[in-house]
Formats: sequence, structure tokens, C-alpha cells
Amino acid sequence: MSQRAQVLLWGAQRISAMVLALCVLVHLLTMIYAVRSGLSAAEILGRTQGSIAWFAFYTLFVFAVAVHAPIGLRTIISESFNWRGRGLDVLTGVIGLSLAMWGMRAVFGVFGAGAA
Amino acid sequence: MKNDFRSRNHPAYWAFIVHRFSGVLLALFLPLHFWALGQALHGAAALDGFLRWTEHPLVKFAETGLVLLLAAHMAGGLRLLALEFLEWREWQKTLLAAAAGVSLVAGLAFLLNLV
Repeated sequence: MSQRAQVLLWGAQRISAMVLALCVLVHLLTMIYAVRSGLSAAEILGRTQGSIAWFAFYTLFVFAVAVHAPIGLRTIISESFNWRGRGLDVLTGVIGLSLAMWGMRAVFGVFGAGAA
Repeated sequence: MKNDFRSRNHPAYWAFIVHRFSGVLLALFLPLHFWALGQALHGAAALDGFLRWTEHPLVKFAETGLVLLLAAHMAGGLRLLALEFLEWREWQKTLLAAAAGVSLVAGLAFLLNLV
């Protein structure tokens, strides 16, 4: 991987970390509040279904983590197994795309795309 | 150069281990988390079916662990951002303790509300 690409990954990791710090803070507070009287579909969907604000928040959250997690895993895999090269770059991309798609499926789920 | 355990038995090294360990576990947990929330695509009853499973004490214990890991990764990450992007100040040395404190507070608050 070129030096320029490595700098780009480093920057993407830090910028996504800054976005995630805010998202995780909101997520932690929401979770601590939400579990007070037990989790239920009514509690979760009552908050998220049809809410553009929560949809936008979780979309941002998913894309930030889809950038952040693969880059972190890439570093750990590279250092642990002394693996560098095209294969690792492809794996990083596949992890990122999978997280983004799988995560957005969940976002659409709680937003109400499949609500009966 | 000798690199024995003494050079690693240091709070900053333990913070590095916690950040990596929590990062890997959270990344592995994400697909399961997304799958669980995706149950809502099949309707509220399907999501409730999954949520009933989370009433199990062992699952609650694991959830608390995950909240602790998430808080630790966030607080430890903020510490790293401060180290990388802010000018060095004496209080940066106390960031480790602050990060650990924030993580414990989040984990305990979640646990107390959960049980």
C-alpha cells in the first residue's frame, strides 16, 4: 500500500473515531435509559419507527463504524500475522462493505421498513 | 534490545491491550447486534422473540460486559485522540484514570438499570 493510502487510512480512522465518540456517547446514554424497565420491541420501535432523526443518527453511526472497525482490524491482523499486501486490502474492504450493508439492514428494520 | 515484561507492565501498555481487546470483541459482536435488530424487518413479534432470550441472566451479564467494553473503547479512544491532537499538558497523564473511571460508571449504570 502506498504511503499516501496509509495516511488516508490513518486520517479516516481518526475522523471516524471522532464521529463515533459522539455516537457511542448517545448510544450508551440511550441504552442505560432504555433498559430501566426491560427491553421490548414496543420500547425500541416506539422510539425509532418513522423517526427521521434516529434514522439519520443510526445511519451515521453505521457508516462511521464501517470505516473505523475494518481499519482497526486491518492493523491488528497485519501486526499479528505479519500480513501485508493486496489480500489484506481486499479483506479490509469486504469487512467495511459487509458492516455497512448489514448495519443498514438493521437501521431499516428499526425504522419500520418491514413493519407489518 | 531486550524487551521483557517489565517494559510492558505499565498503565499505558495495559490501556493499549484493553483498546485492542475491546475493539476486536466489539467488531465481532457487531454482526450479531445487526442481525438481532434486523429481526424487526419481520415485525415486532420477531424482535420480541429475540428480546425474550436477552432476559436470561447470563445474557444480561454478557450485555453488561459489552457495555463496559464499548465505554472503555470510547474513553480509551478519546484519550488517544487527546494525545495525538492536543498539545501536551500535565493533565494528560490522568486521562488513563479518567478513561477507566468513565468506563466503570457506564458499566455500573447499565447494570443497575438492567437488574
